[in-house]
Amino acid sequence: MHPTDFTIAGAVAALEEGVISAEELTRAHVAAIEALNPKINALITVTAEHAIEAARASDAKRARGEAGPLEGIPLAIKDLFCTEGVQTTAGSKILDGFIPPYESTVTAQLKRDGAVFLGKANLDEFAMGSSNLTSAYGAVLNPWSRRNDPDARLVPGGSSGGSAAAVAARMVLGATGTDTGGSIRQPAAFCGIAGIKPTYGRCSRFGIVAYASSLDQAGPFARTVEDCAVLLRSMAGHDPKDSTSADRAVPDFAAACTRSVKGLRIGVPKEYHIDGMPAEIEKLWRQGLDWLRDAGAEIVEISLPHAGYALPTYYIVAPAEASSNLARYDGVRFGLRAAEKESDLRDLYERTRAAGFGPEVRRRIMIGTYVLSAGYYDAYYLKAQKVRALIARDFREAWSKVDAILAPATPSAAFAEGEGSDDPVQMYLNDVFTVTANLAGLPGLSVPAGLDPQGLPLGLQVLGRPFDEETVFAVGAAIERAADFKALPGMRAGA
Amino acid sequence: MSYTIEGETGPWELVIGLEVHAQVVSNAKLFSGAATEFGAEPNSQVSFVDAGFPGMLPVINRECVAQAVRTGLGLNAQVNLWSRFDRKNYFYADLPQGYQISQFAHPIIGTGQIDIELQDGSTKTIGITRLHLEQDAGKSLHDQHPTKSFIDLNRSGVALMEIVSEPDMRSPEEAGAYLTKLRQILRYLGTCDGNMEEGSMRADVNVSVRKAGEGYRTRCEVKNVNSIRFVMQAVEAEARRQIEVWESGGTVEQETRLFDTGRGITRSMRSKEDAHDYRYFPDPDLPPLVIEQSWVDQLKAALPELPDQRRARYVRDYGITPYDAHVLTLEKETAAYYEAVAKGRDAKQAANWVMGDLFAAINRTKTSIAEPPVSAADLGALLDLMADGTLSGKLAKEVFEVMVETGRAPGLIVEERGLKQVTDTGAIEAVIDEVLAKNADKVAEYRSGKDKLFGFFVGQTMKAMQGKGNPALVNEVLKKKLA
Repeated sequence: MHPTDFTIAGAVAALEEGVISAEELTRAHVAAIEALNPKINALITVTAEHAIEAARASDAKRARGEAGPLEGIPLAIKDLFCTEGVQTTAGSKILDGFIPPYESTVTAQLKRDGAVFLGKANLDEFAMGSSNLTSAYGAVLNPWSRRNDPDARLVPGGSSGGSAAAVAARMVLGATGTDTGGSIRQPAAFCGIAGIKPTYGRCSRFGIVAYASSLDQAGPFARTVEDCAVLLRSMAGHDPKDSTSADRAVPDFAAACTRSVKGLRIGVPKEYHIDGMPAEIEKLWRQGLDWLRDAGAEIVEISLPHAGYALPTYYIVAPAEASSNLARYDGVRFGLRAAEKESDLRDLYERTRAAGFGPEVRRRIMIGTYVLSAGYYDAYYLKAQKVRALIARDFREAWSKVDAILAPATPSAAFAEGEGSDDPVQMYLNDVFTVTANLAGLPGLSVPAGLDPQGLPLGLQVLGRPFDEETVFAVGAAIERAADFKALPGMRAGA
Repeated sequence: MSYTIEGETGPWELVIGLEVHAQVVSNAKLFSGAATEFGAEPNSQVSFVDAGFPGMLPVINRECVAQAVRTGLGLNAQVNLWSRFDRKNYFYADLPQGYQISQFAHPIIGTGQIDIELQDGSTKTIGITRLHLEQDAGKSLHDQHPTKSFIDLNRSGVALMEIVSEPDMRSPEEAGAYLTKLRQILRYLGTCDGNMEEGSMRADVNVSVRKAGEGYRTRCEVKNVNSIRFVMQAVEAEARRQIEVWESGGTVEQETRLFDTGRGITRSMRSKEDAHDYRYFPDPDLPPLVIEQSWVDQLKAALPELPDQRRARYVRDYGITPYDAHVLTLEKETAAYYEAVAKGRDAKQAANWVMGDLFAAINRTKTSIAEPPVSAADLGALLDLMADGTLSGKLAKEVFEVMVETGRAPGLIVEERGLKQVTDTGAIEAVIDEVLAKNADKVAEYRSGKDKLFGFFVGQTMKAMQGKGNPALVNEVLKKKLA
């Protein structure tokens, strides 16, 4: 077996049994990155030397009997997580060369548990996008390709496109992502891997470059549901440095993956049958429900009456918060400064921000500034907050009838660069099934469940009650077992 | 008769409201653990949160919340158990996050009131609209380099209380009295040091003018006035400017102005059209601030005595006049000094000495009540020496001056300089006999009815005794001998 084919759980066992060393495991992945990253562009910064050193230290720790739960596991870190001493760009020119003097809580916890970081994963600029095309560091290539159009450059989804592509192409065993409107679940679906956005507050946001603070949540990518569970356990937990992080115990998520779904009530929101949804998505969804029914779950139709307003609500709330969160990129203290000798302060701001931000970021800052402006605030931002409360209420009511909800992850399989990506509104439709979980703060897991007629992966999404990731993992694992998804992308290590 | 300014068209009334920014006394900033000490090296008290670095998040400082609650209680105000932080968005180089975290829609403290004391001895109640917590910005330094501006972020993130009054003041004096009283309360509570020169307390002054019986006319805000005297001057200057505008047929436009202390006038800073759109919205990094009534009750039970209570106690327990009680309670340190002197002694005499000789000595030596030229214990000992007859009032004043000069205890001075008053009747009689013998003619005049000469004999006796004779005994013996 090629070392890059391990699951995380499998690699942990192999390391423990001495079948492979952390250094060997890391070197195999470094080689995969060297071979594939020039094509896929999944990593903005590769930290191979650091990683090999860290792997050696891991082997030494294991020898001393001090191995952490992720000891020696090679991961990629979305370049939105600040990593001490390693450039953190947020996919933006405005942070080019920014080397944080601090570590995010999530990555600090992964390191504490022994993980080895191979590099910083590419992403849409400031996590704004569903294609990874808005990155200032170039597009990421989806390792999958269409059967009848193999040369089409497919997007990996976004915003955590680099993380998803790196895991799918076997450059790493797992990766971190963040999900503000679907940025973990959509790329996971496009790249044929698993990814979970946990409940808002489950993971600390400290040290993660903020996009929309009330929606941003970190989560893992991996090739199995169980691996996601293993990673999430290390990433999660209360952090006094984030006032919105929840002071709750972190359960053994991996144990929940083996739970039976027998007797669980699974909701099917009737509002999710949207116009123009491809037949293969509908078919996959029905298939997923059949699998769960076969496993003993009860399928219940539910209504989320305000679901149709989720997308416009998201595209008011998120840009509003972003317009404020991104005000700190002003060229005064860090990152890019574009100034002429005779610049005054205003000129410094205008030049720096015009040169540093790409078109999508500028668009969202402008939308956000507009919806918060005097005279528009009530009609947009305040109205959106009210709708957001109604969406959350819809779910609260649903939880009295069901234990989890099954829905498609995305309205289509991965699309090619250029296909609709020049139309922002068309682009925003990618998030139609995912934004609700962010608006309501719910956990959502994307599981690869089938292929479209072009041979591209499609994902199903499991939503659960706040802080009930365990049920989400149980349902996701049941789908994974039933789907028995074995297809592999054409572009991968060991291929 | 209420205060008015006489214009060409007759008298004008003033309407004044104050917004005071008071820096919270706390070891750490409102949302970060960085220190708050005044006068530290530039940029030496800055955390990554204060500098607005990517991924940094605010975490509320419990002590700053407690200080706001204490202040609210001291202002007899409503404490809101649920309040919320909003972002006030604007760009400036010394505002690292690009927004100030403040409480716009839901302040922690609601309406309250305080009584102010006026020159004529009357009091007036001024309404408090609200108090909210917010972050301070950093400081821009434009005078350090010919073409560059420097930024000092030490103050960035320091907790401020913004205390907004109702437009209840009607004269510069009332505005001054309000600020004086507010500062006094904050200092008693220990929630703000009230040092306006160091910028830990600043006032924005809202002024409008009107004719008797009218509603409010347009107001202007004079920003960042940094002394009580300047506030009073700014009120008057701004009122006179507005009167001139109205009387010349113009209209006062709502705007923000600055007080030019050198020229004693206000200047336009920005008009309403240039006003920022701050795009306030709830800060998503901070859940609503929810506090327990039981915690508020605990803070209330532990509040120190406030100026009004202390003044009333002085009048009641010490029997001093309300005016004296007012003067002695203005500063917490003065009150503490006075109480130390008055304890177990003649409280009225103590008040006279503190307000008279001590205050004069402080002024003369340019010291302060916090570091007084004579300690309360020494002044008390001096009063004791008078009470037991060791010193006459006159001698006591001399001893006090020596105390101010040398800092030595009164007992030592009396001993060293032999200032002890003579109470030996025999010694006094001997001196008096001598005086009477020397002035036999005056004795005859006195005995023939010229009573006024009694003072002459007292003076001569005291002179002969170098002032050390016990005045009562001298009087007594003289009366007997001259009878």
